[in-house]
Amino acid sequence: MNYFEGSSSYVASEDLMRSVNIAMALEKPLLIKGEPGTGKTMLAQAVADALGMELVIWNIKSTTKAQDGLYVYDTVQRLYDSQFGESVSDIHKYIKLGKLGEAFRSEKKVILLIDEIDKADLEFPNDLLWELDRMEFYIPETQETVKAKQRPVVIITSNAEKELPDAFLRRCIFHYIAFPNEQMMADIVQAHYPDLERDFCEQVLRAFYRIREVGSIQKKPSTSELLDWIQALRITGVSLESVEREVPFSGVLMKKNEDLDTLSKRWGHR
Amino acid sequence: MFYDFLELLRTYGLKVSVNEWLTLLEGLKQDLHGDSLLGFYYLARAVLVKSEADFDRFDAAFARYFKGIESIKELPKELEDWLAQPITQRPYDKDEVDKKFGGMPLEEIMRQFEERMKEQHEIHNGGSYWIGTGGTSMFGHGGYNPNGIRIGGTSRNRSAVQIASERKFRDYREDSVLELRQFQIAFRRLRQFSADMLGPKDVLDVDATIQETCDHAGQLNLMFTRPRRNTVKVLLLFDSGGSMDEYASLCTTLFQAANKSNQFQDLKVYYFHNCFYDYLYTDPFCLRSAQIPTEWVLQNLPQDYKVIVVGDAYMSPYELLSPGGCIDYYFNNEEPGITWIRKFTKRYQKMVWLNPIPEDFWSGSYYRSTIDTVMREVPMFPLSVQGLERSLKALMAAHGQR
Repeated sequence: MNYFEGSSSYVASEDLMRSVNIAMALEKPLLIKGEPGTGKTMLAQAVADALGMELVIWNIKSTTKAQDGLYVYDTVQRLYDSQFGESVSDIHKYIKLGKLGEAFRSEKKVILLIDEIDKADLEFPNDLLWELDRMEFYIPETQETVKAKQRPVVIITSNAEKELPDAFLRRCIFHYIAFPNEQMMADIVQAHYPDLERDFCEQVLRAFYRIREVGSIQKKPSTSELLDWIQALRITGVSLESVEREVPFSGVLMKKNEDLDTLSKRWGHR
Repeated sequence: MFYDFLELLRTYGLKVSVNEWLTLLEGLKQDLHGDSLLGFYYLARAVLVKSEADFDRFDAAFARYFKGIESIKELPKELEDWLAQPITQRPYDKDEVDKKFGGMPLEEIMRQFEERMKEQHEIHNGGSYWIGTGGTSMFGHGGYNPNGIRIGGTSRNRSAVQIASERKFRDYREDSVLELRQFQIAFRRLRQFSADMLGPKDVLDVDATIQETCDHAGQLNLMFTRPRRNTVKVLLLFDSGGSMDEYASLCTTLFQAANKSNQFQDLKVYYFHNCFYDYLYTDPFCLRSAQIPTEWVLQNLPQDYKVIVVGDAYMSPYELLSPGGCIDYYFNNEEPGITWIRKFTKRYQKMVWLNPIPEDFWSGSYYRSTIDTVMREVPMFPLSVQGLERSLKALMAAHGQR
């Protein structure tokens, strides 16, 4: 049995690894929620890498419809062809499988990532219930049923922009990625910058968590901002002491003017 | 199998369905919990709980069902000092330790713990018996024990009941957190796409056009459809100043959420002080220069506007019930506030009142009698994430279901 234990570039907490393995064993979609920047999307890549499976990503946008993931009937092409006297009676030519269809058709077991499902319309998840349950769908135009050859591992991420419907939730295994604590964050930083000095790392993390604790900050910096910040500090070779005292390059951490102001007031520098 | 645990979860307000329960049993059959309580904790949580807002309820229920842990809260001072000098984990044979301690019932663990607390008189680290660090004893931290309870220190290897009784997801409970984003999410409920309703078909339907054209052997045949657009119009009325000051940041958050959601066909915001009379104001300071006749608003905003009033409805009864009761001394209203409220409810089918005062305090006291009076006129909801959701549901409900 395949078993996920994190990977060299992705540090998974114990409960996250358990959730991934539970979802795989029970063959249910794994729904991942969490603050932005806690590595929800990265998780699917890490699982795919660790298990040596192909990753199929379906990015959801506000205009995405459930149908897009199954197949698209390219009527425009058909119309175009018909104008030039080509035979258009074979509809198969104009059916293009979407990401879900692609995952079902694959000969090998794949990981299917449905990224940011909450971006789509409120009804979107409900439209996928049958397909995710049965791992098959029907194409009326060609009277074909596309059925998964190998049941894909489905990972779904959500930023909680919208509430997901109950019926959908009931079918998922749920995991919430809490913001990592300092210990865990040190491991994550280590995984990204293996050659980072220990003192430096500790110092940066201390400053980082101190900033996160400031109550009046509106958008708290997340993991990805921390990693960018470390990169910036390393490239410019800022001295260790100044990191916590002055918070250089705070613009990398903070994305809002108000927050930058709060920060400079707190730390009393320009 | 542990059906009573399911019952307990349901009494804690978790809506666990039978399907989810069967999934959990399936997981147990496949041994996904690895025969440990910790494994069971994660398995049950992943399968049964579908929102981080419910994690806390789950933890509370879990801790109660597998009870016993919450009684250790206070440790003797010296014990804490010993535990504050940890050593790193000594090498150990996991299987041996598991065999020695595995499967011990919680009551037994707790009994032994209390025994040790009485017996122990000095620091013990790296061992398997005393309370200490870095060893394989059931008590202490920085060590390994399959059944152990962490005492002091920070977590590394932890047990299930411990994690559950920490209740670290308390902050995620919906009834305690209020944030801009959550308000915004709530406001998205206020959607009504005109595609569902009557309206001119004035947008080209590409798919249907192509289908029709193909069906007619390439002869162009244009098809039209109705545009999908949110048709909800909102009128927000804020009580401003006075007793509302302490709720200022809450009201600002609500205002921003409504303003930023940027999805309504129209959003109008006016302010009033305590109750509305002949004039409303276009800014929160309610100065005379910013006033606008209430009748104008009533006449110019059609009746399909959805009205949300934000206010504590907390005022002297005469402000609401008597002519001339307006709190502004120089202002003499001929009709009492209640009449103006009724003018609104008569004009606008969909109207709700959001009250920042917690629901429990709405009635009972003489000073708050005005809340009761207002409640009889307008459906009132608490100004919280859940209250907002309920009120918006009421706004979206079919006509006649106020």
